[in-house]
Amino acid sequence: MTDVPTTPAPTTAPRVSRTTAASRVAAVVALPVVLLLAALPYLAAPNVTRLLVDLFTLVLLATMWNLLAGYGGMISVGQQGFIGLGAYAVLVADLFGVNPYLGLVLAMVAAAVLALPTALLVFRLHGGYFAIGTWVVAEVYRLVTVEFRAVGAGSGASVTGLSAVPPVLRGAITYWCALAAVVVAIGGVYLLMRSRLGLALTAIRDEPTAAATLGVRVRSAKRIVFVVAAAGCGLAGALIAVDSLRVQPDSVYSVQWSAFMIFMVVIGGLGTIEGPVLGAVVFFAIQQLLAPYGAWYLVVLGAVAIAAALLARRGLWGLVTLHRDVRLLPTGHRLRQDR
Amino acid sequence: MTWVNAIVQGLLLGGVYALFACGLSLVFGVLRIVNLAHGDLTVLAAFLAVVATGTLGVNPLVSLVVVVPVMALLGFVLQRALLHRSLQGGELAPLLVTFGLSIVLQNALLQTFSADTRSLPAGEFGTASLQLGDGLAVGWLALSTLVVAVAVLAGLQVVLARTPIGRAMRATSDDPETAALMGLDDRRVYAIATAIALATVALAGVFYGMRGTFTPTLGPQLLIFAFEAVIIGGLGSLWGTLLGGLVLGVAQAVGAQIQPSYGVLAGHLVFLVVLAARPSGLLRRKELR
Repeated sequence: MTDVPTTPAPTTAPRVSRTTAASRVAAVVALPVVLLLAALPYLAAPNVTRLLVDLFTLVLLATMWNLLAGYGGMISVGQQGFIGLGAYAVLVADLFGVNPYLGLVLAMVAAAVLALPTALLVFRLHGGYFAIGTWVVAEVYRLVTVEFRAVGAGSGASVTGLSAVPPVLRGAITYWCALAAVVVAIGGVYLLMRSRLGLALTAIRDEPTAAATLGVRVRSAKRIVFVVAAAGCGLAGALIAVDSLRVQPDSVYSVQWSAFMIFMVVIGGLGTIEGPVLGAVVFFAIQQLLAPYGAWYLVVLGAVAIAAALLARRGLWGLVTLHRDVRLLPTGHRLRQDR
Repeated sequence: MTWVNAIVQGLLLGGVYALFACGLSLVFGVLRIVNLAHGDLTVLAAFLAVVATGTLGVNPLVSLVVVVPVMALLGFVLQRALLHRSLQGGELAPLLVTFGLSIVLQNALLQTFSADTRSLPAGEFGTASLQLGDGLAVGWLALSTLVVAVAVLAGLQVVLARTPIGRAMRATSDDPETAALMGLDDRRVYAIATAIALATVALAGVFYGMRGTFTPTLGPQLLIFAFEAVIIGGLGSLWGTLLGGLVLGVAQAVGAQIQPSYGVLAGHLVFLVVLAARPSGLLRRKELR
């Protein structure tokens, strides 16, 4: 025991830092990357940006689901309810002659407004029963939607308000909207998690009872997260609607969206900001590669997700950062000793 | 008379839901796991019966002799291989694992059996009915499903209340650590509970398959119905689960009587009303969880 070297006495006081070396690099790289992505419609073929719209939508969904489950501790299997609402908000806006791109904003508002009464009901359930409860509410949304003949009842309808816009321009605008949505979502979650609310959420996720005794308003914090995640999913649904120009209830309200979100987040890494983005990219690649094999790709993904949930609970991002303090978007505080 | 008929048919339908729900209820009660693959396992049982009746050329009821033990064994293996490991991974892991399993089962069934609508031909027994008055007839199959549901729930109640394994299950459910200190092997208790639950799932799947049609993607819908029955009745009460199933069945039948597309929606709405007004269920236990 005697040959353990003693730490040299600090020459200066320890310093609290919120950044890491990796995060400073990321901050410098982020702006050029976003600018390059924004310029992409001028540089690449329309089919490239179209694929990226799909990817961005998945990143947005994964980020929102991670906010719910990874930071709010709420496993929802009913986010497709808000995706569907968002898509139908675009359709309804279109029916009233409102520009479908303006419908993107309306979709967020509509999803957030309906999330409030939904939270009131489903917050009475916990754990797995919360998961199925959200699913029932999503089913109610779907069943009520298909009763309206104005939006095409069970078969859905097309978005017609963009038919005057040339396809190349339409593709570019949709792409920019999707890019903006992803930047705002990731940036928003990052700022949220660095705020007082973020600290409260981390406390709730780790131990809700202890958080409550320390004065954290558990229910209100959870409600905010639920509403924000609903708005994000509504936006994703609206993006799907303006991208495909067709809204079908069985597709936009499909529980498959929840499966996608869960796979992306669990494979990428629950409870980190970087993990879901990585998970979305991996998921998208697997989806594209295994597309010829039909539904088998879902069997593979399901098995991978089970393995990740059991063996690598921090996901791919957790494996990447194992034993290393790599944080591109750090939300915590670090104590540094200047020598 | 149509309304009386709707209520009677709803009660019979509720028998199936109660049968679905008791497995979900048991797994939650003992393991504290909400099995999100419950519906897909039910569909798997129905497809096993399709294979069994096809290869052996027997009545679906006879196929139960094969399907029930196979599903029980599957439950035992499932618990040992997946669920028990997931229990050590915190609150989220069991949900993620069972949801992953649900997607795997659903799509594997879809690829193996195609998306075609199937049913289990029950022969004369499936179509014969008991005439109770003018315009009111009760199918023998539907009636026997309800009787089986009540018998299974009563049987489970007796097992839980009076047998050594039932006592072990209750003890492990209340406090796994203390139960283990008293010499109970929680792995064995959990595995037996899951095996029993999947045996009831096998019964539910075969009876559902004989009553109506099913596809590989029906699982999630069945899970939702089972869940609604459990919550309407009240968590942790087997008789509550029966009551919840019956209430759900009647709500759906009456809703469908108003307009066919309202059936499922009416069931969901009754569930949401119960959740809003009486969140711990109709048969409230003194303490929740």
